[in-house]
Amino acid sequence: MRISTTWLRDYLKLDIPADELAEKIERTAVEVDGVIRPSEGLKKVVVGHVLECEPHPDSDHLHVCQVDVGEEEPLQIVCGAPNVAAGENVIVALPNSWIGDHTKIKKGKMRGIVSFGMLCALDELGFDEKLVPKEVADGIFILPADAVPGEPVFSYIGMDDEIIDLSITPNRGDMLSMNGTAHELAAIYDQKPTMPTVDLQESATDVAEDDLTVQVDADETDVPTYKMRLIKNVTVKPSPLWLQVRIWNAGMRPINNVVDATNYVLMQYGQPLHAFDYDQLTAGKINVRLAKEGEHLTTLDGEDRELLPTDLLICSDDQPICLAGAMGGLDTEVTDKTTTIALEGAVFDAVRIRKAAHNHDLHSEASMRYERGIDHGMTGTALDAAAAMIAELGDGTVAKGMAVGRDEDVQPVTVAITLSRINHVLGTELTNETVADIFKRLDFPTVVADDTFTVTVPSRRWDIHLPADLIEEVARLYGYDNLPATLPTGQPTIGKLNETQQVIRNSRKLMESAGLTQAISYSLTTAEKAHAFALHASELTNLDFPMSSERTALRLSLVSGLLDDLAYNNARKEHNVALYEEGRVFYSQPEEVRPVEVEHIAGAITGSMVKKSWGVAEQPVDFYQIKGIVASYLKSLALAEEVRYVANSDHAEMHPGRTANIYVGDQLVGFVGEVHPTTAKAYKVRETYVFELDLTALIALPKARQQYQPISKFPSMTRDVAMLIDDNVTNATIVALINQKGGAHLQDVQLFDVYNGSHVPDGKKSLAYTLTYQNQDATLVDEEVTQAFDKVLTALTDELGAEIR
Amino acid sequence: MSLQDRLTELRDQGLADIKSADVLRKVNQVKVDLLGKKGPITEVLRGMRDLSPEERPKVGAYANEVRDKLQAAIDQRHAELEQAVINKQLAAETLDVTLPGRDVAQGQPHVITQIITELEDLFMGMGYQIVDGDEVEEDYYNFERLNLPKDHPARDMQDTFYITKDVLLRTQTSADQPRSLENHDFSKGPLKVLSPGRVYRRDTDDATHSHQFHQIEGLVVDKHITMADLKGTLTLVAQTLFGDQFDVRLRPSFFPFTEPSVEADVTCFKCNGKGCAICKQTGWIEVLGAGMVHPHVLEMSGIDPEVYGGFAFGLGPDRFAMLKYGVDDIRNFYLNDVRFLSQFYKKG
Ligand SMILES: [Zn+2]
Repeated sequence: MRISTTWLRDYLKLDIPADELAEKIERTAVEVDGVIRPSEGLKKVVVGHVLECEPHPDSDHLHVCQVDVGEEEPLQIVCGAPNVAAGENVIVALPNSWIGDHTKIKKGKMRGIVSFGMLCALDELGFDEKLVPKEVADGIFILPADAVPGEPVFSYIGMDDEIIDLSITPNRGDMLSMNGTAHELAAIYDQKPTMPTVDLQESATDVAEDDLTVQVDADETDVPTYKMRLIKNVTVKPSPLWLQVRIWNAGMRPINNVVDATNYVLMQYGQPLHAFDYDQLTAGKINVRLAKEGEHLTTLDGEDRELLPTDLLICSDDQPICLAGAMGGLDTEVTDKTTTIALEGAVFDAVRIRKAAHNHDLHSEASMRYERGIDHGMTGTALDAAAAMIAELGDGTVAKGMAVGRDEDVQPVTVAITLSRINHVLGTELTNETVADIFKRLDFPTVVADDTFTVTVPSRRWDIHLPADLIEEVARLYGYDNLPATLPTGQPTIGKLNETQQVIRNSRKLMESAGLTQAISYSLTTAEKAHAFALHASELTNLDFPMSSERTALRLSLVSGLLDDLAYNNARKEHNVALYEEGRVFYSQPEEVRPVEVEHIAGAITGSMVKKSWGVAEQPVDFYQIKGIVASYLKSLALAEEVRYVANSDHAEMHPGRTANIYVGDQLVGFVGEVHPTTAKAYKVRETYVFELDLTALIALPKARQQYQPISKFPSMTRDVAMLIDDNVTNATIVALINQKGGAHLQDVQLFDVYNGSHVPDGKKSLAYTLTYQNQDATLVDEEVTQAFDKVLTALTDELGAEIR
Repeated sequence: MSLQDRLTELRDQGLADIKSADVLRKVNQVKVDLLGKKGPITEVLRGMRDLSPEERPKVGAYANEVRDKLQAAIDQRHAELEQAVINKQLAAETLDVTLPGRDVAQGQPHVITQIITELEDLFMGMGYQIVDGDEVEEDYYNFERLNLPKDHPARDMQDTFYITKDVLLRTQTSADQPRSLENHDFSKGPLKVLSPGRVYRRDTDDATHSHQFHQIEGLVVDKHITMADLKGTLTLVAQTLFGDQFDVRLRPSFFPFTEPSVEADVTCFKCNGKGCAICKQTGWIEVLGAGMVHPHVLEMSGIDPEVYGGFAFGLGPDRFAMLKYGVDDIRNFYLNDVRFLSQFYKKG
C-alpha cells in the first residue's frame, strides 16, 4: 500500500520528515518497503507555455515551438508529439536538465533546427507506464491552464509528494486504506484525525429500488452484505488532475471519473466497489450466487473464463456479469457512453475471494483487500461516498436509497483484559493510566473497573478479538524499546544432547578427522537418483506438483547426492574431493501417511586425499583407503558384535568385484566400495569410492560393555608365516582358520604383506601374517608356542592348500 | 729435583699436552699417560714412601691438587671437543624450516552446521533440549495446529511442496512445536526446546532463494514467561554470537502462531550500527521472527492459555551465514564446491 504523505496531511498535522514517519510506522505498526520520492533525481523540469507551434520544414511529424518558460525570451524547442499545440501548458525539460532514467537533456539539433530542451510525456519523467492515463499515453502531458510558466512542474502532477510504501502483514488489512493508516498514525502521535465526511445529495424523485432489485442467493457467510446505489445522467470523462494525481500516486492508473471515484474511495475506506453500466443490465434484476458447472464469463480483460462452482458471481437476471471481488464482466463495463451507473458495495467471504483470485490468477486491489478482510461496518458509508463523488464528477444525480440484497448488522466486539494480565505477559509494571491512555489514543471506547479494562473494539479493527490482541496493541504503542530485558525464571532444566544427537555430532567430528569435509546436498532429486545406491529397496516419496524434473522425489541414499557434488567439483577442475554427509533418507511406508526418516552417514572420495607436495606423491584413493575410514569409524562406535565385510555384487550402481556389504552381527548396516564405472560416467565423476551407513541402525545396536582388561605382566612372543595360496581364498577365511586353530594363547593375527606380482605363479598370491601369543598368567615357553604355531601351519596346508614359504 | 718440583713440571707439561690435544682420542691418551696406574703421577706418589712423616702430608696434598687440576682440565677439554663434534653434526643436519610440513588430510564442518552447533550449545547452556522434528510433516501440524487454517492468507507467505493433500515437506521447523507441546509433561518443569533442521519451500532457486534451507526454532512455555524474557533471551543470543556491544530491537510483525508477533533486528555486525550497504544504512539487520505463543496454539495442544504462556522465535542459519560471511548466493551452501566449503574454519 502506497501512502501519500500529502494525502495523509488531510487527516493529521504531520510536520515530520517522511523518513522519520516511515521509521515510526515500522517500529510501531507494519514494515515499510521504502519512501518513494517521484521527483528524486529530476532537475530543471518546469512549466512551459507554448506560444507558437509551426511544422518543421524538413519533417512530416516534428514541430518547432516557441515556449515561454518564465524567462525574458521564449525557448525554441523541437517536439515530435502529435498533441503539441500553441496555447497549451506543457512540461519542459530545460537544457542541462535531468529527467527520468538518469537522462540528461542537452541543447541539440533536430533535422537542422536547434532545440533548447524537450517537451515531456509523463513516462519520460520516470512514471511507470502502467500508471499513465491511456488518453495521454501517446503524447506530451498537458498541464492545467493556470499553471505558471517557469515554475517547477512537480507540484502540478504530484511529483513533489513523498510516498511511504507499506508492506502490510496479513493481520493489518485495516491499514490497506488511508483512513486506517490515519487512525494508526493518530494513535502513534496522539492526535485526533480529521476523517472524511460524506455529503450525499439524493434525488427527490428517482428511487433506486424502482429500477433495481437485488437478491442474494449465496449464504450469509459468503455474502454478509450486498447493496447498490444508482447514479443517473452521468457524463463519463477523464477525472480532474487532482484526482488523477492521487490515483497514480497510490499506484493505480487513472481511467475515467467513474472508475477513479471507486478507486479513490477504495483507497480511502479500503472498501472495494464495482460500477456497472446499468443499461446493460437486463430487467434491472441483480442476483448473487455461486457459479454452476460449465458457466462462462468474459471479464474486463477480454478473457473468456470457465467458472468454477466455488466462484461467487454477480448476475443480471441470472446471467453472470461479474466475478465477485475479483473482476467485472466486459459486457457491463462502464464506457464513454454509459449514463447510468449501478454501484455495488458488498462484503464477500475472504476464502471465497482468495480461491477465485488464485484459481483465475486474478489478483487486484479489490481481491487483495477482500482476502485480508474489510471493515464490515463501513460498506454503506463508502458506497455513499463513491456515489456522491461520481455524481459530482459526472454531473449526475444519485437516486434515493439503496437496493439492498443483504445488510449485515455489524456489532463492535468487546474484549476484557486486566492490567495484571498485561503486565504478566509483557513483564512490565504498567499503570492503569498508561494502559487507559493507549486505548484512548487508539480511539477504542474503554470502561475501567478496578484493574479490568472492557474495551469496545470498533469494526475497523477486525483483527482484534482476543485479550492477546489487546496486549499486542498495548505493547507496540507502549514501545518495544521500553520493555525490560530479562531471562525466564522458574524451575531450572538441563539441556543436553540425547544419545542420537551425541552420536551424530561425534560422527561428524570423526569423519572430519579422517579427512572428509561435510557436505549438505539437496534431499529432493530425480526419481532415478533417488533410487540409486539405496541400501534397502523402497517406493519413492514423490512430490505432488514438482517445480522441475530435477527435484521430484526424496532421496533413498546420501551417496547419490554426494556424487552430484563430486561432479560439480570435477566440472570445476577440482579432482581431489573427499566429502561426507550426515542426513536423512526417506523410506516410503505404504500403510502410513508419512515415510520413515532414517539418519544415514555416507562418504565419497575421489582423486587423492593427500596433497601432492615436495617428497609426497599424490596417492590415488582406493578401496582399502575408504574401507579404512569406515573401519576406524565403526570401531569408535564400540559395537558389541563383530563387524563383517562381505563381498557383494548385487548393487547395480557399484563395482561388482569391489564392493562389500557391511554387517554387524547379522544385521546389514551399509556398504562400501567403488562406484560402478558406468554409473560414474553417468554422474560425470571419475574413479570414486563411497560408503553409506544406516546411522539409525548403528545407534540402536548393542554397544560393547566397557570393562578394563588387565595388561599381562608376561612377555608376548610372535611367529611370522608367509604362504602361497589360491587367489580365491580370502583374507577373512585365512584369519578365521588361524583364529580357530591358534590355541588358547593366540592374541592377535596381523596381516603384514600381500603380494601377487611376477614372482608368484598365476592364480596364486602370497600373504604374510604375524601371530602374537601371550599368556595372562605365565611366561610362555618356546616349545608351547612352536607347537601351537605348527598346528596352524598344518591346518593352512591341509585345509586351504597353502604352501608355507 | 724435589717431588714438588717434579709434580709442578708434570702439571705444566700435562696442561700443555691437554691444551694441544685436538681430538677426543688424544685427550683420552693424555689422560691414560698422565693419570693412569702406570703414569708419572702415580709414580711420584709411590716415591712418597721415602719422605719424612712431616713432609708426606704436604706432598700428598700437593699431588692431589695437581691430579685434580689435570683431571679438571681433561674433563673440560673433553667436553669442548665433544661439543665441537655435536655442533658439526648439527650444522650438517640443518633443515629449511620454511618448507611445508607433510599434509594430514583434515575435513571440516559445513558452515551451516557450525552456526547451528554454536546456537545449540548456547541454548543447551540455558537448559534447552534439542529436538529434531521430521522433515515430512502433516499439513495439520505444519499449518493448522500453528493457527494457520486452510485458506489462511498467511499460507501465501510459504509456498509448499505437498506429497499428498495432507502431507508436505515442512516449511518451518516450528512444525515441531505442537508435537513438543502435546508430548511435554509440565509437572516436570517448563518446556524449553530448540529445533534446528532442514525446511523446504516451493521456490525457484536463485541467488537469494533456495527450495531447501535451514531454520532454528526456539520455544519456551511455562507458567510465567514474559515478553521481556523473550527480549532478554534474544539480546543474550546476539551478544553471545557477536559481542557485548550488540543490541536487539523488536518491531511489530505477524505470525499466525504468536501474538504479539515481532521481528527482531540486531545491530549490524558489519558497521556496528553506523549504517552500511549490508544494513541498507539503517544500522540494523533483521535476523529473527519471534513472539508470544498464540493462545489458540496452546489450546489446540491441550494447554490452558490462562495458566501457561510462552515465547517462540525462529531464525535462518543460511541468511545468518550469508550476512556474517558476505556470501552472495544461497546456492553455494548446497552445491558443495570444496573451494567454498574449505573457507569456513571451525573456531575452537
Ligand atoms: Zn551496517
